[in-house]
Amino acid sequence: MGKPNRKGEVWVFAEQQDGVLADVSLELCGKARELADRLGVKVGAVLPGFEIGEMPKDLIAHGVDTVYTVDDPCLKNFTSIPYAKVVCALIAKYEPQIVLFGATPLGRDVAPRIASETRSGLTADCTNLEISDVTDARTKEVHENLLLQIRPAFGGNIIATIVNYDSWPQMATVREGVMSKKPADPTRTGNVVAEAVDGIGALAQLVQVVERHVEERKVNLKAARIIVAGGGGVGSKENFDLIRELAAALGGVVGASRAAVDSGFIGHEYQIGQTGTTVRPALYIAVGISGAVQHVAGMQDSAKIIAINSDPQAPIFSIANYGIVGDLNQVVPMLIKAAKNRQKSE
Amino acid sequence: MGFNSIVCVKQVPDTANITSDAMTPEGTVNRAALPAIFNPEDLHALETALEIRDRFGGTVTVLTMGLPKAAEVLRSCLYRGADRAILLTDRRAAGSDTLATSYILSQIVRTIGNYDFVFCGRQAIDGDTAQTGPQIAEKLEIPQVTYLEKVIDLKDGTPKTARLRRNTGNGFEIVDVQLPVLVTVIETANDPRPFAARKVMRFKHAAVPAEVTPEKAEELKAKGLLMEQWTLDDVNADLNRCGMAGSPTKVFRIESIVLTKEGFVQIAPTEEGVTGLVQELIADRTL
Repeated sequence: MGKPNRKGEVWVFAEQQDGVLADVSLELCGKARELADRLGVKVGAVLPGFEIGEMPKDLIAHGVDTVYTVDDPCLKNFTSIPYAKVVCALIAKYEPQIVLFGATPLGRDVAPRIASETRSGLTADCTNLEISDVTDARTKEVHENLLLQIRPAFGGNIIATIVNYDSWPQMATVREGVMSKKPADPTRTGNVVAEAVDGIGALAQLVQVVERHVEERKVNLKAARIIVAGGGGVGSKENFDLIRELAAALGGVVGASRAAVDSGFIGHEYQIGQTGTTVRPALYIAVGISGAVQHVAGMQDSAKIIAINSDPQAPIFSIANYGIVGDLNQVVPMLIKAAKNRQKSE
Repeated sequence: MGFNSIVCVKQVPDTANITSDAMTPEGTVNRAALPAIFNPEDLHALETALEIRDRFGGTVTVLTMGLPKAAEVLRSCLYRGADRAILLTDRRAAGSDTLATSYILSQIVRTIGNYDFVFCGRQAIDGDTAQTGPQIAEKLEIPQVTYLEKVIDLKDGTPKTARLRRNTGNGFEIVDVQLPVLVTVIETANDPRPFAARKVMRFKHAAVPAEVTPEKAEELKAKGLLMEQWTLDDVNADLNRCGMAGSPTKVFRIESIVLTKEGFVQIAPTEEGVTGLVQELIADRTL
């Protein structure tokens, strides 16, 4: 369990697969830069892998000062124990004060293992990170410049701010798309420090990847200009065709709330919200979505929001630009018709 | 021979069916107003263990940590065919974050001993962190395989090994792993079996001591219906690593947020209203 090191760097776990950095890692570099500037410290990135090549340049262009690489054949495929050991060894050596991870399937596998080994705190799926002084309500002790780890909690009905006083590093995971990626600055300069960690070869024997199948991402919500999302109010799997039809008529893509996914109306890859994808489209149409905090966290930055719901008290209306109170089974067909007429007249 | 599995299960508030009375006026959660359910993915973890026992032999032990009423999920494990059920209930465990929770659960697993697999659901719906599984694995110093889709094959050699298929988010991979291993299971892995009527008849009066009077407990014990109830002392837990003391994360603030958006426009649910809206969106180049 590490003691607070207030001079420590702000780190990003740089996730890569087959030589390609995860988008979320680059997004986190920008956030780490912001936090580090506030604290007056440097940004580090820890990059385990094999044949790492030019990836450190990309990290530096996105705001990193020092990239710590561990280039080792047994890190070619991700497996939990060797990756965790590498990060823990570098944490012990450099004592960063903050370590951020993408809340990807890989990040959610390795980050808790690292937190367990270093006996430090870890907050999952943060939607915001800030630096602030915090007064312990019980002891009245003031802790300077802590990382505020902010996340919707309890099914997304409340927002909780989590802090870690003294078991550092302070660690958090963040979903892809939550922090916006800053433009790359190819003129930025930084250091690359090649590190080696002993003893990971034997650990890599415990789990061996025999086969790996990578599928194209079928759904690309992040890049969509127009999203039509259905919620629990859509009522059935069959009725979700209405959502698809409207999306097609508008040239948009389909999304869903967690309630719709949990009810089996549509696959989880379509889920928008804190534990799904975060989106910022030009137009977001929320159909039969009540607007729980956990959903709103993933779409509130949409440029325009239209909410369609039969309950005039639904919280979704409070963040919408346009609200239609009515039965979606009547309103959506009208919208489809209006959208199709527009196409004809063009 | 066969393979011995330990399954970690959790009783959780049903956050999917949250109602307005589940929140207090101060914006905090009124747990008492929420129905308690078997954490959904833990049912898939249990099913995986039961299928391994059915195919290869061995035992299935389930454990949970919580208030005495969490014995309810243990009973439903017995109804589905678990061999042994253990509740750890201890006030000193209250306020544990994932790090402290995983420490306590790992101590329970160590105390049970002689296992090939530890199964957990990927995550619990009251926190969605998915942290406890990997943290238990680290505490036990064993490998972890997350997001299990399928048990392909098990080999009873020296060492015992398993070939497993796991979801990677953008596809899947097949891994060979040395046992013992901790595995977290996702809901597409299997269809949990229903209660077996015969087992419901047999175990419907099963209870932990905290649920019944001492006399009743003796009576249940004689019939083999007394489930085990442990405290932190029974698992040799270091109290500095349990509860609030063992939890590095502190809740600094909880707020129910007020959502606002400037310039809200109400549109009538009519042909005219909807057509006007579409035209407005075309005019401002949104469409």
